Amino acid sequence: MKRVAVPAVVIVAAAALVGLLVYGLVAKSDNRTIDDTVARGGTVAAPSLALPLLGETARRSPADFKGRVVVLNFWASWCEPCRAETPLLERLQRRIRARGGVVLGVNYRDTTPDASAFARQYGVSYPSLRDVDGELAREYGTRALPETFVIDRQGRITAVSRGTVNAKFLDRSVLPLL
Amino acid sequence: MRPLTLIALLLVVLAAPAAAVAQAAPRASLPDIEDEVMCPVCGTPLNTAESPQASRERAFIRDLIAKGATKEQIKAALVDEFGTAVLALPDEGEGVGAAAYLVPIGLVAGLAVLLAFALPRWRRRRPAPSAPAAAPLSAADRTRVDEELARFDR
Repeated sequence: MKRVAVPAVVIVAAAALVGLLVYGLVAKSDNRTIDDTVARGGTVAAPSLALPLLGETARRSPADFKGRVVVLNFWASWCEPCRAETPLLERLQRRIRARGGVVLGVNYRDTTPDASAFARQYGVSYPSLRDVDGELAREYGTRALPETFVIDRQGRITAVSRGTVNAKFLDRSVLPLL
Repeated sequence: MRPLTLIALLLVVLAAPAAAVAQAAPRASLPDIEDEVMCPVCGTPLNTAESPQASRERAFIRDLIAKGATKEQIKAALVDEFGTAVLALPDEGEGVGAAAYLVPIGLVAGLAVLLAFALPRWRRRRPAPSAPAAAPLSAADRTRVDEELARFDR
């Protein structure tokens, strides 16, 4: 019995360490639930988290915009493709604002001065949340910028763009919801 | 001299060394900070990161250094901007991050318990019988050995 005890403890400890490594890998793997569901034509409840607004002390969450069509766009000042799509999103904001829609930016892993300067440079009029810890990005399975999620009036994700958006995507996925 | 004036003078004298120490605190520098923080987007320490995000983070640190911020103030500002992930430390209280703290503690505790049980047993064990001492040489063998050694000396 005693001869079995020590190897058993070693085996259990080794198994626990291997289990921990596997858990670490699984926990860090991409969350594809949103993409898979939307690709099948389904909808997913939009994750929400109260975050500080860029340049303000107030906190808002995507859920605060329930009842409106939300175009949730993850961006950063260091993201080159974001420069290309920001004017398009600003035009969309002006177009949908009066029809119950809103573009909501989520500034990801950026410094406040850089993000504010970017917003000024591109004349961004829509609000942006500061995802300081990248927690909201994790909820949306965001790994690279830019990414855009269209959320209907019931707070459900109906369309996903992992990459730069274009006018065709926005027209097709946003306008029918207004 | 009035007592209040005396107390004020004493306070000034006592506070002078503290002020001198504060002034002598080393100025924050980029190399000193960038090896202790992460580039959160790159997932690597800032001193090894070469991405545009890392360049912006360095610019942010340089700006704070220019404004006279201390190392701790700069680290706090980085946490405000990028969250705790910017510090090159495992996340406390979160799955794998917590394991980075708990596993070494568990291993040391396990080893201590193992030694606590094993050491008394090892001590109680009787020592193995020692090998029998070699038999003394006979007079004839001793003479032969002496002769052989003498031949080597020649």
